[in-house]
Amino acid sequence: MVGRYPKAGFSNPFKGELMRQVVLNVRLPRLLLAALGGASLAMAGFVFQMLFNNPLVEPGFLGVSQGAAFGAAAAITLGGSLLVVQLSASFFGLLALLSSYWLARKFTYGGWILRLVLAGIAMGALFSAGLSIIKLVASPTTSLQDITFWMMGGLWNTTWKTLWSVMPTMIIILLLLLLFRWRINLLSLDERTAHSMGIAINREKAIFLLLATVATTSIISVGGLIGWVGLIIPHLARRLFGANARYALPGSMLLGAIFLVVSDTIGRALLSSEIPLGVLTSLVGALLFVILFAGKRGKRV
Amino acid sequence: MKSAYELIDVTYTYPNAQKPAVENLTLKIEAGKTTALLGPNGAGKSTIMDLLLNWKQCERGTIKLFGESLTNYSRRSLGRVVSLVPQEELSRFSFTVLDYVLFGRSPYLHHLATPSTADIAIAKEALKMVALEALIERPVLALSGGEHQLVLLARALAQQPKVLLLDEPTSSLDPGNTAKVLNIMERLSNEGITLLFTTHDPTIAGECADNVAMLKESRLLISGPKKEVLTQQLLCELYGTPLETIQVGERLIVMRST
Repeated sequence: MVGRYPKAGFSNPFKGELMRQVVLNVRLPRLLLAALGGASLAMAGFVFQMLFNNPLVEPGFLGVSQGAAFGAAAAITLGGSLLVVQLSASFFGLLALLSSYWLARKFTYGGWILRLVLAGIAMGALFSAGLSIIKLVASPTTSLQDITFWMMGGLWNTTWKTLWSVMPTMIIILLLLLLFRWRINLLSLDERTAHSMGIAINREKAIFLLLATVATTSIISVGGLIGWVGLIIPHLARRLFGANARYALPGSMLLGAIFLVVSDTIGRALLSSEIPLGVLTSLVGALLFVILFAGKRGKRV
Repeated sequence: MKSAYELIDVTYTYPNAQKPAVENLTLKIEAGKTTALLGPNGAGKSTIMDLLLNWKQCERGTIKLFGESLTNYSRRSLGRVVSLVPQEELSRFSFTVLDYVLFGRSPYLHHLATPSTADIAIAKEALKMVALEALIERPVLALSGGEHQLVLLARALAQQPKVLLLDEPTSSLDPGNTAKVLNIMERLSNEGITLLFTTHDPTIAGECADNVAMLKESRLLISGPKKEVLTQQLLCELYGTPLETIQVGERLIVMRST
């Protein structure tokens, strides 16, 4: 178990009470949350990309992340408990998604995907603005600091209690998606064609969108904004395992878990002060994005 | 004559539209034969396809499929009887050809199931039918336009349909690929599958259809054996310019009058 305290390097949990405390009560829940959160974010990105038949979407593009951030920040300011923060994040995440969808239907400019992304940008901006207002009115000594750190994304205050509050939801959703993984493929088809194959396409899209959104808002509510995982990991998974969701979806979950665990470990062990996780994933994610898209010209993922 | 589809006084109007897209349509689609829905763009051909798939529901009238009202079919059971070859389809993900054809097995698969070896055998059989068995591992994004159309056809065949609906099956193909698709359609018809395709090209209708239903401005002009429908007078009325036909064996070739 890697870390800087009590001294830099690996710690042996069987060597004394302090070590045991550090490893079991500080690092272990954090490690598990990173793994589950990474898997959830990568899964949600994968599902969104399939659903919109567009490899460039992720929950953040449709305002879900910003909505969840707004909801969580509002709850933190009002001094809500952990549960309230999560419910608020989920509620506003879903609200943002539905508003983006509704707004995209109202637009008259461009194709469906373009309208959806434009609507997502608009809703995302709206909730980001709302978040800024909350920051303005938040108490600078207590909740403002909480919100600011939380916005950068991080798992530093993970306890067993935080883990337990989101773990069941995430595990259930991840398992459901694993069970339905072949069917996720069918959601990428044209709606009329999917219907002609006996698929209740609108219902299934709504259900999987809901599951992916709830999983995303769960990790955002405890870990803040952890960007780029949902966009880049599914690409990587498709490169490695092929486009078929039967293999690429589990692959995406696994890679997402590994990516977030490694990022979190680097973030807290590299420097004496912690690098916020969201900053690190954005840095690595954006670099990977450039490499994947510029590296092989013309090859689509 | 046994009908596959039977449309009785069917009308459909799009939301917010002034005029119906399909108006008082009564039409029988003969089982085991090939029927062309012929008409210019905007005549209501695609809307009829949507209605036949139960993707849209008619506001008046009834549609029967093998004697049973279309509304009595569940989505899944309909998917096992009727399948669709869309005009074009764009996937952004590089599924392999085999993966893509296997999607056609979905009306037979339980929600949690993944395709079995039996499904894979059926998909491979469908690919053999369109002579693409050599390409099963190829990503669909790397296919030519003609190959892609054949993959869509194979996917519809993997549904093991009794009725195959084809939306403008040849409109984006070069003569070589058009001939391939028409040959496959002929073979499927010989196997007893009912084929129904839309086209705005009377030559394609005259080439491979047994029956033709001629549509103009949301209404049926006439339907029947192609020799009775593809006449100089009716073609002229439909397209507003003098056209005539010459017969070559079983085929009718449409050309402009000189």
